[in-house]
Amino acid sequence: MNALNLKPNWTDVDRFYASLMDLHRGRTAEESEAINTRLILLLANHIGDVEILEQAMAVASEPFGPAPA
Amino acid sequence: MNMDKPFERKVYPFRPCIEQTAHQKLRHPVVVLGAGPIGLSAAIDLKLKGVPVIIIDRENTVCEGSRAIAYSQRTLEIWNRLGIGQRIAAKAVGWETGKIFYRNDLLYQFNMRAEPFQRTPAFVNLQQYHLEEFLIKRCEELGIEIRWETTLVDLEQLPEGGVKLMLETPAGSYESECDWLIAADGARSTVRRLLGLEFRGKVFDERFLIVDIRMKGDFPAERWFWFDPPFNPGQSALLHMQADNVWRVGMQLGVNLADDFDVEREKSPERVIPRLRAMLGDKYDFELEWASIYTFQCRRLERFVHGNIIFAGDSAHQVSPFGARGANSGVQDIDNLVWKLVRVMRGEAPVALLDTYDLERGQAADENILHSTRATDFITPKSPMSLAFRHAVLTLAHKYEFARPVINSGRLSTPSTYAGSPLSAEDIDAFSTDTVPGAPCIDVPLLHSGQPAWLLDHLGGQYVCVIYAAQAQHNALLATIRKLPAEVSTLVISPKDAPGNIVDHEGLFALRYDARPGTAYLIRPDQHVAGRWRAMDATRVAAMLPTKQLVMEANA
Repeated sequence: MNALNLKPNWTDVDRFYASLMDLHRGRTAEESEAINTRLILLLANHIGDVEILEQAMAVASEPFGPAPA
Repeated sequence: MNMDKPFERKVYPFRPCIEQTAHQKLRHPVVVLGAGPIGLSAAIDLKLKGVPVIIIDRENTVCEGSRAIAYSQRTLEIWNRLGIGQRIAAKAVGWETGKIFYRNDLLYQFNMRAEPFQRTPAFVNLQQYHLEEFLIKRCEELGIEIRWETTLVDLEQLPEGGVKLMLETPAGSYESECDWLIAADGARSTVRRLLGLEFRGKVFDERFLIVDIRMKGDFPAERWFWFDPPFNPGQSALLHMQADNVWRVGMQLGVNLADDFDVEREKSPERVIPRLRAMLGDKYDFELEWASIYTFQCRRLERFVHGNIIFAGDSAHQVSPFGARGANSGVQDIDNLVWKLVRVMRGEAPVALLDTYDLERGQAADENILHSTRATDFITPKSPMSLAFRHAVLTLAHKYEFARPVINSGRLSTPSTYAGSPLSAEDIDAFSTDTVPGAPCIDVPLLHSGQPAWLLDHLGGQYVCVIYAAQAQHNALLATIRKLPAEVSTLVISPKDAPGNIVDHEGLFALRYDARPGTAYLIRPDQHVAGRWRAMDATRVAAMLPTKQLVMEANA
């Protein structure tokens, strides 16, 4: 089974984050939600591998908040 | 309680200058406006290069409060060249570890050290008032006149070149002239205002409180940054150690402040002490030294050179404080500017060489503004969605390494690489290291006549051609070296285990510069790489010197 990469794999993380923030600037909550949903679908298709996607879903749905160190 | 004595600023009294006492009108080669870290560094650099210079400042003492506190390795290297680095490093607090907290938890820590063999810590913290006193002392040693309590009230660029200055002092006003004016007069630059220049960029509404406290704390010398801490809910906070047991506390106050928000009241001990108690608990005694509330801007002048007036530091570009990019970039402006200005003044290069200052430091300013704007956006999320993403990043980062690089509590100052500058040769040979043309040189340990030495101590001040070659090759090289332009000095570094005057005994020069026998680097007077080749070629080296031809071609 292929493993979800949980190590940094960014090429330009600050640019990515700034673009993401720009994407949502001035949007309503509904617009932002719609954009995020589409974004997930676009990236999921790009990744393709369903096992990777399911692992990502599992991590994303872990209880929020940092666990005690 | 055993506290160090509070810092008392030295007062530098006004003295009438020669123009006033002898009623002489003088024309100074260079006048530096502003006795802050940038102006003082500029004057020292000029004087060390043999240029007479005076400094004008409207105050009579160093700055109030710690202000700029974190200085990068590159800045220390420049101050080393100015003969002041060791004194600063000895007084300052070195650090390289940063810790990131979210709410109650430590998320992770990071290390700023770039190289295991580094000569200085990645950063040192020192109150700006100490720094300024060191720099003023260095000016005194060098016989640089600082005209205190002297205010620039007007100026005029003279049609035949040079600048006329109208100055006001406690003993009346006078006129003076200079060939060149370096405006290092800070974010609220008088020169900028007098020239009516626009300072364009982004202004942030967020208020921040910074406080200097004296405290004997058992916190290590690290940078601690909190997102949404329990003692400052919904905001951020920063803790930094400085010299003499002085600590810098930074607290974000937010944007949506109470209607009756009052800056003076908010920075009063009655308001500040409870905030600090909430942060530090009751375990530590502390005394307040200085408090300030500020907003910040990320903006710059479109051009840094206006005729015979040159802007450097905050007068030219302003950044938010996250990342220590203000004073550091200002000192690097000076490092870039002074050797060029001296060449122009001596007629060794055309005035157009100063366009490369504008270009290279303009790029650096854009880089600094970009980093500092992004950090500010991360630290002060403006919308529910940006807050949601940040929360996701912070909660993931504790367990998952991939999210850590996303966290932006300030990308700490790194020197700029002047890629695309006419002073940087394009690589024509293959190299695997990031010591590309335009990049600052990485300092590496060497042996000089058997004694430990550092590369950077052999570079700077003039163009240096560094040749990596074993002794056996030296004779063959001599013929080529003789063809080099006279102003270029050579530094031959021998591989480890090979005999030679200067030896790369740990192989770190070879490793970090991808040097093989015969490899040559041309290094600029500011210790940035001008070009690198697999074999030294005097014609190629000569083509990179900032002569009339190169600069003109580049501007064509």
